[in-house]
Amino acid sequence: MNEQPIWSIFVNAALVNNFVLAYFLGICPFLGVSQKVATAARMGGAVMFVMLVSSVCAFGIHHVLLAIGTPFLELIAFITVIASTVQLVEMIIRKFSPALFRALGIFLPLITTNCAILGLALFQTNREYDFVQCLAYALGAGVGFTLALVLMAGIREKLTLAPVPDVVEGTASALLVAGILSLTFMGFAGLGAQ
Amino acid sequence: MTNPETPSSTNEFMKGLWRENPVFVQVLGMCPVLAVSNTAMNALAMGLATAFVLLMSNLLVSLLRDFIPRQVRIASYILIIATFVTLTDYAIEAISLDLHKALGAFISLIVANCLILGRAEAFASKNGVGNAALDALGMGAGFTLALFCLGAVRELLGAGSLFGFAVLPGGFEPWIVMILPSGGFFTLAFWLIAIRIFERRRERRQTAEALQ
Repeated sequence: MNEQPIWSIFVNAALVNNFVLAYFLGICPFLGVSQKVATAARMGGAVMFVMLVSSVCAFGIHHVLLAIGTPFLELIAFITVIASTVQLVEMIIRKFSPALFRALGIFLPLITTNCAILGLALFQTNREYDFVQCLAYALGAGVGFTLALVLMAGIREKLTLAPVPDVVEGTASALLVAGILSLTFMGFAGLGAQ
Repeated sequence: MTNPETPSSTNEFMKGLWRENPVFVQVLGMCPVLAVSNTAMNALAMGLATAFVLLMSNLLVSLLRDFIPRQVRIASYILIIATFVTLTDYAIEAISLDLHKALGAFISLIVANCLILGRAEAFASKNGVGNAALDALGMGAGFTLALFCLGAVRELLGAGSLFGFAVLPGGFEPWIVMILPSGGFFTLAFWLIAIRIFERRRERRQTAEALQ
């Protein structure tokens, strides 16, 4: 069992070891849906929800699979749960906010292949967190992802007005901005262990 | 640069290497690209593992393409991919424990690599087994090449070595930032810029030749 206190797990996942900027998980939506702050924030919300649900499910699955002695099925079980949760979120969003559904576009179903979510399920299993710790970890990871996405979108909104040399335009400039953001997040390194 | 004269099989293979390179052109599968490209060795191993999974899942998806109902195709593809990733994970653990530790969770995360699902959906589900295999080999080679390009630059500048052997003279002060996460973003950005400048120059030369 892991004895790490809850708040330390949360801060660690959200800031110190930010999923996007330190672990490089979920880079595709990070580069793809970070053009507008409003869309970025809602995307963050959707990802956070999927993270919470799949983290709880992953916790249960891990213990069931251990009990019946088939840990090699873990990966397959995790990805199936994540895919179904994403399907659910997609249906909910399509029903309640068609505009948001259009804005997120292809990146909504692609949450399935968002490695941040699968990564979360795998890391929490590796570190043997208990149930409450899992919740804190999932919440921290979700907050961290949303924070990174919104910060990035804010910078890119400004960047569209700036005169950027056209060889750097597009993905290259986004990557440079991400690199600088990642450098600044290293300033949090003193806050937690690991 | 599609040349209609070339036989389509070489074309299927070559497009993954350069014209539709998954990393440099399509910007797919970025997470493992940035995360495990801190040394040339890790990058190469990760590239090969991904290429293997890509090849096997492309083959199987192409074989089963007439049997999988359209509504559940994504779920089926993911299951196929997850099976091969589990295989690869256990194989790497058996071959080299050190490598398995260095790559960590990123082997399992091959499942969530959008490149593999993307190829299954966009190519393997619509083409025959032979072409699907060639496509997977080309994309896999392009992915490995790109990972290696990043890993080599980061290891060279960040540690002054290549494949663990010291290459640069002793007086060289390693750029620690290149091994840190931000170094991954910067290196990839510089590769993209370099490739764009190169493409620009070639286009300009071609238009100049066309004018003459």
